[in-house]
Amino acid sequence: MARTEDVDKPDIDGGRTITIEAFADTILPGEKRSPDDRAIAGAADGAGAVAAGAVELLEQPGGGMAEALDSLAFSLNEHAIEYADEQRLTLDSDVPAFVALPFDHRTALVQLLTAPDQPDKQMWVSLAVFCTMAFDSAAHLRTADAIADGHPGLLTIGYARPDGDGLWRFPRYSYGRQLADVHPHTTSTGSPA
Amino acid sequence: MNSVESTDVLVIGSGFGGAIAAYHLAAGGARVVVLERGPWLAADEFDHDFQLGSSYTRIFDFVVGDGMSILGGNCVGGGSVVYFATMPRAPRFIFERRGSIGRRMWPAAIDRDSLDPWYDRVVEALPVTQQSWDKVPYAGGLFAAACAHAGRTANPVPAAIDTDECTNCNWMMAGCRFDAKRSLLLNYLPAALAHGAEIRPKHEVQSLTRTDDGRYRVHYRIVDDVDYRVLHDSGTIEAAIVVLAAGTAATPVILQRSEPELGPMPHAVGRYFSGNGERLNTMILDEDRVREVLGLDRGDGRVYEAYQIGRGPTVATWDQLDGSLPEYERFSLEQLYFPPGLGTILAQVPDATGPTWFGVEKKEMLKSWPSWLTTFTMSEDDNEGVFGPPPETGNAVRMSQQMLGNGPLRYEPTANTWRGWNLSDAAVKDIFERDGLAQVRPWTNDLVGAYTVHPLASCRIGDDPETSALDDRHELRGHPGIFVTDGSAVPCGLTVNPALTISALAERAMPGIVEAAQERGVPVTYGAPSPDGATAGRRAVAGTA
Repeated sequence: MARTEDVDKPDIDGGRTITIEAFADTILPGEKRSPDDRAIAGAADGAGAVAAGAVELLEQPGGGMAEALDSLAFSLNEHAIEYADEQRLTLDSDVPAFVALPFDHRTALVQLLTAPDQPDKQMWVSLAVFCTMAFDSAAHLRTADAIADGHPGLLTIGYARPDGDGLWRFPRYSYGRQLADVHPHTTSTGSPA
Repeated sequence: MNSVESTDVLVIGSGFGGAIAAYHLAAGGARVVVLERGPWLAADEFDHDFQLGSSYTRIFDFVVGDGMSILGGNCVGGGSVVYFATMPRAPRFIFERRGSIGRRMWPAAIDRDSLDPWYDRVVEALPVTQQSWDKVPYAGGLFAAACAHAGRTANPVPAAIDTDECTNCNWMMAGCRFDAKRSLLLNYLPAALAHGAEIRPKHEVQSLTRTDDGRYRVHYRIVDDVDYRVLHDSGTIEAAIVVLAAGTAATPVILQRSEPELGPMPHAVGRYFSGNGERLNTMILDEDRVREVLGLDRGDGRVYEAYQIGRGPTVATWDQLDGSLPEYERFSLEQLYFPPGLGTILAQVPDATGPTWFGVEKKEMLKSWPSWLTTFTMSEDDNEGVFGPPPETGNAVRMSQQMLGNGPLRYEPTANTWRGWNLSDAAVKDIFERDGLAQVRPWTNDLVGAYTVHPLASCRIGDDPETSALDDRHELRGHPGIFVTDGSAVPCGLTVNPALTISALAERAMPGIVEAAQERGVPVTYGAPSPDGATAGRRAVAGTA
């Protein structure tokens, strides 16, 4: 799922993919795909949003984000340059500015961009929502297939496997006993008085 | 242009307010056409699938506003297809609420006693059944045990679910694959069809106009099968009576858009919106403490680890539904399931050292997802929501081909609303942090504002023309022949799940709508039995006439 072939070629799409990957990795971080992986900072063990398919989900034409990715990546890098200036950071020019930010600074910048008083907050929140959805609901894949294929996000959250027909059923579901007194004023219909 | 299609009654929307109207009017002999914006799916089309384009995104809408986001149904059957089917009656004190206007908000004609026979009709029709402890899923059982441990009561909540058919798959928001959920697809709507009503899916009503002889023309666009951002042909249907039930987030928008042609709307159209005072908290349970403190055990070595198992909310605590408490301090707490994606991003990391909703610590938190439990607060908000100018079409600017859009609602919670939220947050902490059972944090309001699955009151009934859009017969003030019967007609937050109250009010409005139709020359009578032919509810309401 991860686009290792793009990692060493940040210019392949104007740096868009590597920038979006770095954003996704900030939302739900994962381990590097290779020692020279620049998009993924390696801030956490196991797969993160990138390996879960964040870019694939964002590129789905029906999601409404695909057309905006170029401008989001451009704008994110502009914000990163501005942020680096303010923080007096020197950025490596081999990769887009956001990618060049150390993980803690990527995190701080995403916090700034999604703060309630930020004028363009909504687009960064939308980007984050899709990154999250890629990880914990694999919204670019059929859910039953994603689980069968070992989707890392669904496995991480412990989402149960379906029955053989792709449907979920839980025949054992109850402690089977009364566990609290009901409200003394409950009516005969079972409602509050 | 000379051959505009004509019918007796045009119903906009096929959720509770629309389906109940369609049934009674068709059964009474009127020609009824129902226009529904969303698609028409049956049980075998309800997918267990989060993939974009599955039933989950086809039939469910998430409209982001300024300070409030709304989740709701978008399909034939409306909210009944995507909801969790929890059906309590509103507590008695709700009908006495004064809210921000300083006097009783409800019409004098309506209180709990007068509404009870109409509740009974809906209970018989769906049906709604009381739930037994032996069928409460693990999450509800754990919630009940924690409440009891904190000295509180807890109730299994009546529901429109056939538990013998239910698999506890928790896919209810994508439609019930097993027809265990008693949605409108199983009662009012097929009964309306049997009496000759027509239901037309993918018809999005944009506006209304009036003819010289006082009839109404309803103008719609056809919505694309897959990409709801794309609208196709337009059309017009003329009717003597219009029943507007497009949902709380759409009904006022249609009326606002119609104002240039129809004339001035009542002040309360698009104002006094209530999010039903809703708020969520996520708990991360300590499985060992749950075993030690509450003595729970699934019998297979596990204690809980069952967030995914169940059928939405099944147990609630009603200790704060006490009419002697001040307004804004009364609320119910319900155990809830919320699926991943939308249900995880807003959950905050307890005791985070960095960001609370994303990042390294959030990923760690997701690893314990099976041990999550969500509580759902329904409290008394301040009816502070206001709809801005309508978008060009529909009720939102759609961002994705399905589900996600941006709407014109603005909601800035007042101190009164925050009082209820803060008190409920404290109650949740008291229950679940006691003796180390769990770590608790409310969902963040910083990303998409507050959120509601039970939008209400944007076109409400009342006795005061200044603060209500509808009279106590649900007729739009100044526009005879237009009736509103959806959640927008409910005057205020209810502190409980509102679907049964929306439905009971719709049932109560039916004799008056039939009478108005008769006055407009439509050959129709009132008095249909329950959709399956049962008559106990009809006999009971006959005594209220």
